[in-house]
This record gives sequence, structure tokens and C-alpha cells, in this order.
Amino acid sequence: MDIAARPAAGGTILDITGDIDLAHSPAVRKALLQEIKEKKTPKVYLNLEKVRYIDSSGIASLVEGLKASRDLGSRLVLYGLSKSVREVMELSRLQKIFEIHDDEAQATAS
Amino acid sequence: MRGRVSKSRTTRRESKQPNDEMLLKLELRSNPEALCLVRATVERAAEVLHFPEGDARAIVRSVDEALANVMRHAYGGRQGLPIEMRCRRWSGESIEGKQSGIEIVLQDHGIAVDPAKMKGRPLNEIRPGGLGLHFIRQSMDVVEFSRKNGKNQLRMVKYLTPTPRPAGSEGE
Repeated sequence: MDIAARPAAGGTILDITGDIDLAHSPAVRKALLQEIKEKKTPKVYLNLEKVRYIDSSGIASLVEGLKASRDLGSRLVLYGLSKSVREVMELSRLQKIFEIHDDEAQATAS
Repeated sequence: MRGRVSKSRTTRRESKQPNDEMLLKLELRSNPEALCLVRATVERAAEVLHFPEGDARAIVRSVDEALANVMRHAYGGRQGLPIEMRCRRWSGESIEGKQSGIEIVLQDHGIAVDPAKMKGRPLNEIRPGGLGLHFIRQSMDVVEFSRKNGKNQLRMVKYLTPTPRPAGSEGE
């Protein structure tokens, strides 16, 4: 699992590589909350193009990030969801709660 | 058996025919780093049994979530404790007729699971946690929790291809 941050339109992109499971969701949670709560980044884009798998603990980390961004009036934007990740979002009925885009161009233009 | 919780499509009759062969028996430790290895192994097992891609993902997701539950709840996050996973080709009958598929049984020595508390959270609540069991129930055809000889056991079955019911049959 690797998490890298880079600047993007009005915010920061977090590029995630690897599976977001019980072993690695704490790292995703930490990176998200650091951007949202500590750095007060107005737009945090989560690039999930290289995430093959996400479990319920990963979804919980994203929900925490979403709640923090709502509390602070910032935005959390997800893009590049694989079929597997999209399926889990649908099972959680969260696909309409999160702001989700197909790719980086669409996400950063939003 | 005490504290058994089953899904509505639980099987009534199961046969142990020559096809009911053991595919895998894994003894792993309660280390989250092991989950990726189990996922890869279970994915291959589902492929060997010719499950469609979506069903294979559902099986992998269920095993992963079940193991994560054992590690987090039954073992309270303690690492290095034993978990056994058995996986076999399965055949039997369900309310939908003759079925074949995959059966996965997990056993751990953790604290007793209270089936009454194994409900997961309502999906309309947007809050972290409580989704793992929901994923399992959504993904598998049979989900049974039990406690035997000081061990928690979770048995899950996924049907390979539902056999159409004969005309006029009302089922069980």
C-alpha cells in the first residue's frame, strides 16, 4: 500500500496504490484526516485507480473522511473506482453519498 | 447447536457425494497482513470451480470480511492467534432445488459470538463500521454462525448455478 500526495485544482490529490483492507485502512484514514482536519485542504481528491480491493474497514475510513470534510465545509472527491470498489460502494449504499467521478479530469473540473 | 443464525435460503438436505471434495485447508494467524494472501487463494479456488467473476468477488469479499471480524472482534485485535479455514466443493439441495457450489468454514478460538448482536448497522445510517456482516449476508447464499467445543464457527455457502425449479413446484 502506498499513499502519495500531489497538488491539484484547489486542493490535493491522494494517489492510493494497493488494497484498502484491515491492514491498510488505518493509513488511508490517517492520510485523509491529516489533509482534511490538520491541513484544512479545501478539496481532497482520492485517486482510487490503482485500488483493486476495498473492505468495510476501508469504507469506514472514507466515511470518516467524508464526515470530517462536511464538518469543515470542505470537499472529498473520489475518482477512478474499479468494478470491485464500485460494487462495495453500492453494497454499502454509499455511492450517492460520496461525490464520485470517473477520472481525474472530470474530478478536478467539478 | 446453540446460537445459530441462518439466512432464509439455508439448505435442508446436503449430500456428501464424491464431488464434495476438500479444496483447501488453511491454518493462518490473526494477522491482517495475511488477508491479501487468503484473498488471492480464495479467488483462485472460485475460478477453479468456474464461478463467474462477480460471484468470485463476492466469495472473496465474504471470506475477507469474516476473517477481519474474527481478528477484530473474536480476538480483540490480538495478533498471532489461530484461525482455520476449510474450503470444499459442495453439492446439495436448497429451497431452489439441486445446487452445487463452494462451502467455506472458518473456525477460531476467540470469545463467543452473540448471534443476537450479529446484525450489522442499518444502511441508512451514514457512520463508520457495522458493514462487514452486511456484506457477507448480501454476498453468500448460506451464512451460519455456531459455537462448538469452545470454537466459533462460521459456515458460508455460495451456489454456483441455481437450478430452475420444475414447473408447478412450489418449493419447500
